[in-house]
Amino acid sequence: MTINLFLFLVLAVVVVATALGMLFSKNAVYSALFLVLNFSTVAVFYLLLGAPFIALTQVTVYAGAIMVLFLFVIMLLGTEELEESKVLPWQKPTALFLAFVLLVEGIYLMVMQKTTGLITTPVADAGSPEVIGNMLFNKYLLPFEATSILLLVAMVGAIVLTLKKKGGQN
Amino acid sequence: MVPVTYYVALSAVLFTIGALGVLIRRNALIIFMSIELMLNAANLAFVAFASVNGILDGQIFVFFIMTVAAAEVAVGLALIVAIFRTKKSIDVDQINMLKG
Repeated sequence: MTINLFLFLVLAVVVVATALGMLFSKNAVYSALFLVLNFSTVAVFYLLLGAPFIALTQVTVYAGAIMVLFLFVIMLLGTEELEESKVLPWQKPTALFLAFVLLVEGIYLMVMQKTTGLITTPVADAGSPEVIGNMLFNKYLLPFEATSILLLVAMVGAIVLTLKKKGGQN
Repeated sequence: MVPVTYYVALSAVLFTIGALGVLIRRNALIIFMSIELMLNAANLAFVAFASVNGILDGQIFVFFIMTVAAAEVAVGLALIVAIFRTKKSIDVDQINMLKG
């Protein structure tokens, strides 16, 4: 067993365990913290795959900004724990069965793809900020500008949605 | 030397856990976190294929997915806060009216 494969297996166990921890925690704060650990471990995967820029963006944007926003809203609303409602009693077993079918289907399709490439040690400057920036501002300039509009719309939308109406309503 | 299939299988497992989370949890915030997990699984597959093919376009796509995820979270959490103000709950079973 090579060192890369060993590293992959250990990190894969951590990723799946934290994802399951997120899913089955009763307290939403614990779920959010499990998800932070999950995102950080996926960032290590990106480093192994030769994408240092994406890895650090993952840590700052996902594990940093997005999850802090989540924790902030959880604590703002004070809804860490919800009691189990029994609207559809057969939902959980059905969901488990359907998820199992999806998993088998997904893995079968992936394995049947005949993509038998090996991830080797990445080239030194393969995913460096310089290379990514060059592509982003030349080949993908229009989508890049479109994302700035998207972020502006999201910002305006978030403000409008949480704005309190004058006159005491809402 | 890790076969790319391993990475893609891991991505499929993560995606399934996310889908399961959307189906079995009733807390709107946890459903949101599960959606993030699914997006992350897609990102992992993108980076794995970009790495094995030696083409960087996959990494650029991950960058764009992250931007969309950030925008989606901002609007989604604002919606959850607005729903909590009227219904005093974020249990998705309670949200059963078109007009709050």
